[in-house]
Amino acid sequence: MSLPPEPYGPEQAAPVIHAMGVDGVLVSFGARLSERANRAALAFSAAVSEAGLHGVAEVATSLASVYLRLDLGQTEQEKISAPLRALLGARDWFQADLPLGRRLWRVPAVFGTEIAPQLDEAAALAGLTPAEAVAEICSAPLRVQTIGFARGQPYLGELPPHWDIPRQTGLSPQVPEGALAVAIRQMVLFSVNTPTGWRHLGQTAVRLFRPDAPEPFLLRPGDDVLFQPVTRAELENIRARDPQGGAIAERVG
Amino acid sequence: MAEILLHRVGPGVTLQDQGRAGYLAQGLSRGGAADRLALVEGAALLGQDAGFAALEIAASYLALEVSGSCRIALTGAPMRAFCEGGVLAWQASHALAPGARLELSGALGGYSYVHFGGGVDAPVILGARSAHLAAGIGRMLRAGDRLRLGADHGGRVDHGFTPQARFSGGLLRMVETPQTQLFPAQQLARFTETVFCKDMRGNRMGQRLLSEGAGFALTSGLSILSESIVPGDIQITGDGAPFVLLAECQTTGGYPRIGTVLPCDLPRLVQAPAGAELRFAFIPLQEAIAAERAEAARRAGLRGGVRPLIRTLHDMRELLAYQWISGATAGDELDREQP
Repeated sequence: MSLPPEPYGPEQAAPVIHAMGVDGVLVSFGARLSERANRAALAFSAAVSEAGLHGVAEVATSLASVYLRLDLGQTEQEKISAPLRALLGARDWFQADLPLGRRLWRVPAVFGTEIAPQLDEAAALAGLTPAEAVAEICSAPLRVQTIGFARGQPYLGELPPHWDIPRQTGLSPQVPEGALAVAIRQMVLFSVNTPTGWRHLGQTAVRLFRPDAPEPFLLRPGDDVLFQPVTRAELENIRARDPQGGAIAERVG
Repeated sequence: MAEILLHRVGPGVTLQDQGRAGYLAQGLSRGGAADRLALVEGAALLGQDAGFAALEIAASYLALEVSGSCRIALTGAPMRAFCEGGVLAWQASHALAPGARLELSGALGGYSYVHFGGGVDAPVILGARSAHLAAGIGRMLRAGDRLRLGADHGGRVDHGFTPQARFSGGLLRMVETPQTQLFPAQQLARFTETVFCKDMRGNRMGQRLLSEGAGFALTSGLSILSESIVPGDIQITGDGAPFVLLAECQTTGGYPRIGTVLPCDLPRLVQAPAGAELRFAFIPLQEAIAAERAEAARRAGLRGGVRPLIRTLHDMRELLAYQWISGATAGDELDREQP
């Protein structure tokens, strides 16, 4: 098979603009996840929203790309590409600062036990004892690289290289809301009960989406999350009294 | 204000409107009616805004009763509709008397809609009344549920129209995705030559398709970084079967997408009955944009196509209430409340 075209080559120097669907544009900052590509996507997404380009109906980021939904009544891909290129050329997005208004969240989590049954397995794949794995995961904040797949659901990273462990081949039939799971140097904090191929090593009481709350979505891309190990009894206590699952935020940027 | 009381409710009956656009960045897909065209059609029949919420029935059944007089329209996949002993025409508007009981059954697949003058009222969550089952907003409706109707400004009833043909499968036009060229040329050609039909396990998140012969999975171990995905995207999952994303799809995904079905052709997919043949063809982006704009203009002019129903003996309501022979009637006229 021939090498895929940009942006799916192994390395990429410059962002690439693609048509996506009939009414969308994808600006890709990398075919692989990296800190700089994620930073670029977050910053460019904010800049596009702020620029208020004519005919842009919606802007969303994923790990290393930015999606623009267009109003075909007002514009189309060909017309939007010139202002987009101008914006892309305005600066080196890979060197951009993280978004403003970021928060550091401290989130209580139980690691292991029957409510997070794959700690031992995941730790072994990373070449660590379970205690070392927990200590490492909780030693420093993880970045919310994107919110996606399900409502309010963060992809958190990046873990050290030895956490580059594959997804399991079969699916776990169901992990509960608030489950913390690991694969490919990332963690996902699940916002719904779901089947998954990621290994379930922690459990929180966080509800990431509360449609009736003044701010329905708890986390934003660019936020940091620091997990704090607690016992099962402590977690149940937190769950009973706090719909936010004990998550506490402070402004960091 | 009139209420509707649900008596018998099959699986997959939900309240739907245009959905919640604008929350992709928070991981929430738009959702809304599986066939948004049907909402526009219902609005045209009732002479009202297409933003009102209606009942969506996913190839199932529903019996309901209205507490007061109201106007309804029936659109989407045709069902058998009975009301007070008579048959109601599908793709048409009707007046229901207080206490009238409406019974709907017999869908062959796809999604059917019951619209009410003034719409169905419900709490507005993030800008919409629709249930988004995958996101846990709202829920499937159940027997015993009572739903309030909004205020109806009134208007004509007993009107019908010819809906866009979309209830027997057919050709789905698509544009290329950023990954289309990862698929070998002969595999793309085979995809567009293959006849598919729906796997009956489809839901509001997406529709898996079945075909004879080999699947379409990429053979190499390409790992694609998750990126935004949209309704109409055709993901090729590990088993090689195409999976077309629909209203309640996830917002990001890492499966390669072979093409994206035009939004204006998606109703033909969601409304295809079991066993109907579906085919795909690539068209250039500019042609697709022109098709979308033409469909938007057609939808804006839909009210112009609404015509008075021509009554036939077959679909005449309350057949026995007509005085066919002097003196012979249904016999309960004096007991009935007038609307």
